[in-house]
Amino acid sequence: MIRTLAIGAFVAAGLFFVCVAAVGVYRLPDLYTRAHSASKSDTLGSLLSLVAVGIAFGADAATIKVALLALFMLITSPTAAHAIARAAHDQGIEPWQRGDER
Amino acid sequence: MTASSDPAVLLVAIDAALVVVGALCVLCSYRVIRGPTVADRVVALDAIATNVVAIAVLFALRTDRGLFVTISLVLAIIGFIATVAVAKFVDRGEVIQ
Repeated sequence: MIRTLAIGAFVAAGLFFVCVAAVGVYRLPDLYTRAHSASKSDTLGSLLSLVAVGIAFGADAATIKVALLALFMLITSPTAAHAIARAAHDQGIEPWQRGDER
Repeated sequence: MTASSDPAVLLVAIDAALVVVGALCVLCSYRVIRGPTVADRVVALDAIATNVVAIAVLFALRTDRGLFVTISLVLAIIGFIATVAVAKFVDRGEVIQ
């Protein structure tokens, strides 16, 4: 029972953060804010879903893969966002400032 | 633990979560189509790739098969390599020099 509740809570929390990330990608005004939303919130949402799956599988070989996947996403998702933001900065895309149009 | 030992409520909740994450992929694809620059599109595609990893993981939870965790690992690797390759291409005009 506790385990079911924990799985449900982690899935719900992950879903919330994935929603935040998607709304951020849709609504925010420029590339850098969108990359920030996509990298941080989306990673956290996927990680919470991964924790739910880890709890559900318990002591199993799949749990090791879940842990490896969590570590991999924790490293690569910010790296990818950093790479694309640096590429955009080198291209000369200016950050959005207050008063600019969206 | 098998999927049959879960209460039906949890299975319905995971189904609903799968539908919602799929809908959020569609919301992100608005930015892929509209995004003013190439980098905007790549950021939105990266978000979609992360969402697809979440979908595969939730599907592993729904069907109680560890196989889908392996699939999501492969999807995460492909998404990372694709994003970094496009970032290098946008930056320098070539991927491997």
